[in-house]
Amino acid sequence: MNALGKIPSMSSGGAGAGFDVEAARADFEILSRKVYGKPLVYLDSGASAQKPRMVLDIMQNFAVGEYANVHRGVHFLSAAATDRYEAARRTVQKFLNAAREDEIVFTKGGTEAINLVSYSYLAPQIQPGDEIVLTVMEHHSNIVPWHFLRERAGAVLRWVDVRDDGSLDIEALDAAINPRTKLVAVTHMSNVLGTVTPLKEIVACAHAKGVPALADGCQGAVHEVVDVQALDIDFYAITGHKLYGPTGIGALYAKRAHLKGMRPFNGGGEMIREVSRDRITYADPPARFEAGTPPIIESVGLAAALDYMMGLDRLAVAAHEHDLLTYARDQVRQFNWLRVIGDAPGKGAILSFEAEGMHAHDLATILDREGVAVRAGHHCAQPLMERFCTGSTTRASFALYNRRADVDALIAGLAKARGIFGNG
Amino acid sequence: MDNALRELYQEVILDHSRHPRHYGALEGASHKAEGYNPLCGDRVTVYLKLGEDGRVADIRFEGKGCAISQASASMMTGMLKGRTQADAEKLMQGFLHLVKGEDAAGLSEDDRETLDVMGGISEFPMRVKCATLAWHTYKNALEEGAT
Repeated sequence: MNALGKIPSMSSGGAGAGFDVEAARADFEILSRKVYGKPLVYLDSGASAQKPRMVLDIMQNFAVGEYANVHRGVHFLSAAATDRYEAARRTVQKFLNAAREDEIVFTKGGTEAINLVSYSYLAPQIQPGDEIVLTVMEHHSNIVPWHFLRERAGAVLRWVDVRDDGSLDIEALDAAINPRTKLVAVTHMSNVLGTVTPLKEIVACAHAKGVPALADGCQGAVHEVVDVQALDIDFYAITGHKLYGPTGIGALYAKRAHLKGMRPFNGGGEMIREVSRDRITYADPPARFEAGTPPIIESVGLAAALDYMMGLDRLAVAAHEHDLLTYARDQVRQFNWLRVIGDAPGKGAILSFEAEGMHAHDLATILDREGVAVRAGHHCAQPLMERFCTGSTTRASFALYNRRADVDALIAGLAKARGIFGNG
Repeated sequence: MDNALRELYQEVILDHSRHPRHYGALEGASHKAEGYNPLCGDRVTVYLKLGEDGRVADIRFEGKGCAISQASASMMTGMLKGRTQADAEKLMQGFLHLVKGEDAAGLSEDDRETLDVMGGISEFPMRVKCATLAWHTYKNALEEGAT
C-alpha cells in the first residue's frame, strides 16, 4: 500500500518534489469524510473540484463583513465590494497572463463564456455557408453554441477528427480552415480523453489564414499554466468550480479589439452608458457584458482559488498529477477486459475506459459503494463517444489532492466489479 | 461483499442482462415506442401487439445500456405478455412502488415473488430511472405509439 505519503518529497512517487500532497489534502476537509463507511476517494474533479477551506473562509468573511452590491452605491460597503470584485478580475488577468484587466469578462461559467462569443461576436457576422472548425473531442458546451449558428444562420460545422490514441491531427485541422472559416473553436484539454491540444500551433494555423481562435479552457486551465499572450489566442474560457473555486462563476478572456466590437449579450443594469425612451448606449467592455448583479461573492471565491493555485508550484503539481496518471495507466494494464480510451502523448490526468461486459453505470455504482467517486456516461461529449464507437465510458479524473492510494482504491474496486460481473 | 450491491446485482439480474428474453423487433407490432435516458444513454425500444381482446398478445424489446435497464426490460416483457391492459397497469404501478422502496401492496403474490430481485434497486436512488425506463416506454407505446 501507499506509505509514500509520509515523506513530502516522495508523496507522488518522487515526481513532484516541490509539492506536498498530504499538506494540500489538509486544506480539503471533505477528503477525510467517509461514504458508505469507506474513506472517500474522489476521482471526479474533472466534473467539479473540491474547494480548499481558505476559499470558503474568504467567501464567508467577505459575505459576513464586507458585502454589498458593486458599481452602484456610493456607500462604504459598496465601494469595498467593488474593490474586491475588480481585484478578482485582476487575479484572473494574472492567472491567464492577460495584457489588460478589461479583457476579462465575468460569466456564470465556461458555458456562458462560450455562448457569449457565439451570440455577441460570431452571430452578428455569420453568413449562410460560413464555417466553424471544431474537433470531435469538444464538450457540448463548445458544440451547442455553434450548432445554434448552424441551425439559425446556416453556418457549417467542420469537424476535425482525432487519431486513435486521442491526439489531435493538427494537419487535418490546418486543412479544415478555409476562406469560409470564421472561427476555430477547440478544447485546450479534453474532458474525456485528457488530450492536451497544441494550442499555440492551432492559433498559428488559424491566424495564418486570418481566422480567430477560441479555446475551451475549462479543463486546460486547471492542469496547464495558461499564458493567453504567449498563445496569442483570441478567446479563452474558464470556469471557477473546476479550478477549486465556487460554482456560478467563470470568465471569458477576449482580446480587447474583439470585445470593443462585440454587441451585448444580456441586457439590463450595469451594462449601459445611457438609457432613454428611444435610445441606448452601452458601457465599455467588460461591463457591457456583465448585465445585472454579478456573482459577487463567487468572484471573491474564484480569486481566492486562483491565488491558492498560484501559491503552489504549478509545475510540481502538474508532475504530481502526471505521476498519478502514469501509475493508474500502468495499473490498469493488468485488466485485459478494460479498454482505455485516450492515450495521447502528454495528456492530462484523466483516465477514461470501457469495461467488457459491464456498462459504465454499473461499474460506477460498484466503485461508489467502495467510496470511489467516478463519472460514468457520455461526459457531454457525444460526438467523441461516436468516434470511439461507445455509448459511455467510466472516467477517473485526478486533481492535485489525489494520491497513489486513491489509484489503488480504484484498481481494487475495478477488480471487485469484475468479480461481481464475472467474465460476461 | 456489500449486501446492497449483492442485492442489486443478483444472478437473475445479471442473467437477464446478458441473455435478454424477448429481444429483437416484433413483426407486425401494433404499438412501438423508444425510451431514452439522456443522462446515462440507456436506450430501450418496446414493441407490442395488442390482441383483439385488448390483451398484450406479444411484446418484445431492443436496447442498449446498463445491466439494470436491460434486465428490467427483459423481465418486463416476460411478465406483460398475455396480460390485460388493466392488469398490466396494476403490475406497473406495483413495480414503480417497489423500486422506490414504497409500499407495493397492489402486487399479486406471484408478481411480488418474480419482482423480488428488483427490490434491491430502492437502495440506489440514482439507478431507479434505469429500472423504470422500459416500463415507462411500454406505457408510452400503448398511449402514443400506435403504428
